[in-house]
Amino acid sequence: MLHLCKGNVAVVKAAVLAGCRAFYGYPITPASEITEAAALYLPQVGGTFLQAESEIAAINMVYGAAAAGQRVMTASSGPGISLMQEGISYCAGAELPCVIVDVARGGPGLGNLAPEQGDYFAMVKGGGHGNYRNFVLAPASAQEMADLTILAFTLADRYRNPAVVLADAFVGQMMEPVRLDPRETAAPEKSWAVRGTADTRRNLVNSFYLDPDQLEARVRRLDAKYRSAEMVEARSETYQAAGAEILLIGYGIVARVLRSAVEQLRTLGVRAGLFRPITLWPYPSAALRQAARGCHLVMVVELSTGQMVEDVRLTLNGTLPVEFYGRVGGNVPTTEEIVDQVVRCLAAATV
Amino acid sequence: MPDGRASHAKSPVFYEWYDRKPDMKHQTHYCPGCGHGVAHKLVAEAVTDLGIQDQTIFVSSVGCSVFGYYYFDLGNVQAAHGRGPAVATGLRRANPDSIVIAYQGDGDLAAIGMAEIIHAANRGEKIAVIFINNATYGMTGGQMAPTTPVGQVATTAPWGRRASTDGHPIHVAELLATLQAPVYIERVALNDNRNVMRARKAVRKALEIQTRQAGFALVEILSACPTTWKLTPPDAQAFIAEALVPVFPLRVFKDAETTAPGDDAVPVRPVAEALDIAAEPGWARKGRAGSPRTLGIKVAGFGGQGVLLLGQILAEAGLREGMEVSWLPSYGPEMRSGSAHCHVCLAHDCIGSPLVSHPDILIAMNNTSLRKFAASVPAAGTILYNGHTPPADFPACEAGIVCVPASEIADRIGAAKAANVVMLGALLAETGCLPEDTVTAVLDRAVKSPELVAMNRRALEAGRCVIASAPPR
Ligand SMILES: Cc1ncc(C[n+]2csc(CCOP(=O)(O)OP(=O)(O)O)c2C)c(N)n1
Ligand code: SF4
Repeated sequence: MLHLCKGNVAVVKAAVLAGCRAFYGYPITPASEITEAAALYLPQVGGTFLQAESEIAAINMVYGAAAAGQRVMTASSGPGISLMQEGISYCAGAELPCVIVDVARGGPGLGNLAPEQGDYFAMVKGGGHGNYRNFVLAPASAQEMADLTILAFTLADRYRNPAVVLADAFVGQMMEPVRLDPRETAAPEKSWAVRGTADTRRNLVNSFYLDPDQLEARVRRLDAKYRSAEMVEARSETYQAAGAEILLIGYGIVARVLRSAVEQLRTLGVRAGLFRPITLWPYPSAALRQAARGCHLVMVVELSTGQMVEDVRLTLNGTLPVEFYGRVGGNVPTTEEIVDQVVRCLAAATV
Repeated sequence: MPDGRASHAKSPVFYEWYDRKPDMKHQTHYCPGCGHGVAHKLVAEAVTDLGIQDQTIFVSSVGCSVFGYYYFDLGNVQAAHGRGPAVATGLRRANPDSIVIAYQGDGDLAAIGMAEIIHAANRGEKIAVIFINNATYGMTGGQMAPTTPVGQVATTAPWGRRASTDGHPIHVAELLATLQAPVYIERVALNDNRNVMRARKAVRKALEIQTRQAGFALVEILSACPTTWKLTPPDAQAFIAEALVPVFPLRVFKDAETTAPGDDAVPVRPVAEALDIAAEPGWARKGRAGSPRTLGIKVAGFGGQGVLLLGQILAEAGLREGMEVSWLPSYGPEMRSGSAHCHVCLAHDCIGSPLVSHPDILIAMNNTSLRKFAASVPAAGTILYNGHTPPADFPACEAGIVCVPASEIADRIGAAKAANVVMLGALLAETGCLPEDTVTAVLDRAVKSPELVAMNRRALEAGRCVIASAPPR
C-alpha cells in the first residue's frame, strides 16, 4: 500500500528493509533528512546510527562496518561527498560493499542548497583516486529513492563494490506516494568479512599492494568485474521513444520535467520521446543506441554545464547531432522552457 | 633489548611464516632497533595471555606498521591514513563481541587523524588504541611529526622544529585524558627493560579492558626510529630517555573504570512497526478515472504560517482519493529568511514535473507571495489571498483573486495558528478539488489532542463559510 513519504526518508525505510543495520553520517542540506531518519529508525530495529565527526570519519566507519560484513550506508551532498572520496576509493580497492547516497546540490565550493547535477563526473567517472568504478543509480521519484536504494545494496553485495544513489535536492525533498514491501530482504553470506570470530580470523581487508605485479593483477581483477557488470547491470527507461523524431535525454528530476515536455510537445505535433538512464554507471549505452535509432536529433538536458552529455556523445559516436541544454546554480528548467528549446532546435535544424 | 625481528620462539598470535617476501619468511620489514617490532610482540603476548586470538581484529594504519597483517594471525583490516579509530568504530559496532585494536603512528593519529581519535575517545568507543609515538614520520622518510620535539631536525624541519612556526609537540595522552569517556590512558616507553615491562602491562591492561567491554583505552608508546633519527639502535634507546621522556612524561593519565555504562538503549521493535508501514492502512491508486489534467497548486507565505503543512494535507488527501500526488517544498536557509512555499500536484495520471510554474491554484498567505507569484497564474486559474482586498497598488493579473482574510478569521475563532486550515476550507469550497470529508480525516490525524482536532474543524468550517456566504461572482 502507498504512503506519502519524502524521498530522503524513503531511502532509510528502504535501506532497513534491505537489511541495512548501520548508518554513519554527518548533516548537510539537502541530505540531512536521511541522517535524521536513520537516527530515528535504525536504533529501533537494533541497528547502529552514529553521527560522525565528519564525512571523512563517516565513510571510514562505513568501511569498518562493511569489512565486518554488515550492510551499511551513509548519505551526504556536494562538499561532504568530496570529503568521502578517499574513503570510497579505499572501499572499492578493498572490495567492500556499501551504499552512499548523494543528494546533489549546487557547486562548486559551498555552492548552494538547490538541486544540481554537477556531481556526475565525481560519482560516475571516479572522484577518488585509482582505477575503480561506483555503481551509480539515479532516482527520479520518492518511490525510486526507495527502490534504487534496495537495488544499490544488491549490486554492492553482488559485486563487492560501493554503490551510489545519485539523487538531487528535489527528488530528496519531495513527498510522493511510496510503496514499501514490509518483507525484508536478506544480505548474502559474506565469508570474506572480518568479524572477530575463529572462522574469519584468517581474513584480510586491504587495498595495499606494494608490488606492481600484485597490484596490477588486483586492478585487472577489479576491471574484469566492472566489465561483466557493464554487460548486465545497465538500466534505463523510455517514454514515447518509439518513432520519435527528437529524443530528449535526462536523469533524476530533469527526466520528470522532460516527460512533461514530451507530453506538451506531442500536443504541438512534435514527435518527441524521452530516454532516461536509471544507472549512470554502467551507462545504458546499448539501450540508448536502440532508442535513438530513427531519430533526427537528440537533446541532453542536465542541471550542469555538460557532464552526462559526454557519455551520450561517446555512445552515439557522431551518428546523430547531440544538442545540450543545461541550467546550473540550482535553477531547474520549467516544462515550457524545455518545449521552447526543442522547438527552437528543430527550427534551426530544418533551416 | 629485542631488536624487533621476530624470533622462532614467537607467540602463536604471529604467523609461523610471513609471506610478505619469499626470501624473508621469518623477518619483519622493520629496521633494526625499530620500536614497532617490540610493540608488536607486546600486543601478541597480551592477546595470547588473554586467550582472545579468535575474537581480535587488528586495524593497521598507514605508516611503517601498515603491514601488520603480514605478521598478526588475527582478523586484519587495513585502514586509510589517520582513520583507524573510525574504521575500528565501524567494526566494533557491527560485532560487539569482537575485540578491536587500532594500531597507529603519530602522524597517523596525531596529525591527519586527530579528529577521529578525539571523537572515538570522546564517544568511549570500546577499542584499544596502541599509539606509537616515535616523534617522526618513519614510512615517508623522516618528516616532522606533530610529536617532534622543538629543535629536533626532520626532513621538513631542516633547522629543527621551530616553536615560532611549527608550534610545540602535541601531548596526546594528556589531551585525551581531559575527556570524560576514556577509561584508561597511559604513556610508556620502550627504552629499557624496566619500561618495556611497564609497557607490557599497559598493553595487556588495554586489551583486558576490552574483554570486559569496559570502554576506550589508549597506550601511548615512546618508540625508537633509529633510521630517521639517524642513530644506532643503542643510541636511539638513549635518545628516548634523554630527549623524549622529558617532553612526554611517563604516567597513567586516566584509570577511571568506575564510569558506569549508561542504560539509555532504545527499545527495539519489529521492522514494519518501527518504520510505520504496517500500523495504518496505506492507500491504493484508483486507476485513471477523472480529468487527465494535473492540478498544480502553489502555496506560499511566511515561515510559521503552516504553508508546507497545508500542501502536505492536500497531497495526503489526494493520495487517499487514489490520485497521483507530489509535494515539493522550499527548504534550507531560504526558509530562514522567513518565506516558505510548496508545489502540490494532484493528478489522475503519472506526474511529470512536480514543479508548478503556472499554478492552477495559488494560495498566497501574504502580500509578498501574492506579488511574487500572481502573474504566473493563468487566466483560468484561481488565487486565494489572505486578506480583505488585494493591496491598493496591486497590478491587475489574469487570474481572479478570491480574498479570504484567513489570519483574521483564525484569530477571531480562537485558532490563531490555524489560518492555513481556514484557507484550506475556503479552497475546498471554492474549487471542489478534494472532498471535504477526506481532508477532515487527514486533518484529524495530523494533530494529537482532541482540542486541536476541534479547532481545525472550526477553522475548516469558517473558511468554507467565507466562500459560501460570498456574493455570487
Ligand atoms: C592521505 C594520505 N596522506 C599522506 C600519506 C603518506 N604517508 C604515509 S605514512 C605517513 C606518515 C606515517 O607516519 P607515522 O604515522 O608517524 O607512522 P610511522 O611510519 O612513523 O610508524 C604519510 C604522511 C598517505 N598514505 N595518505
Ligand atoms: S623507518 Fe623508523 S619506524 Fe619505520 S621501520 Fe624503520 S625504524 Fe621503524
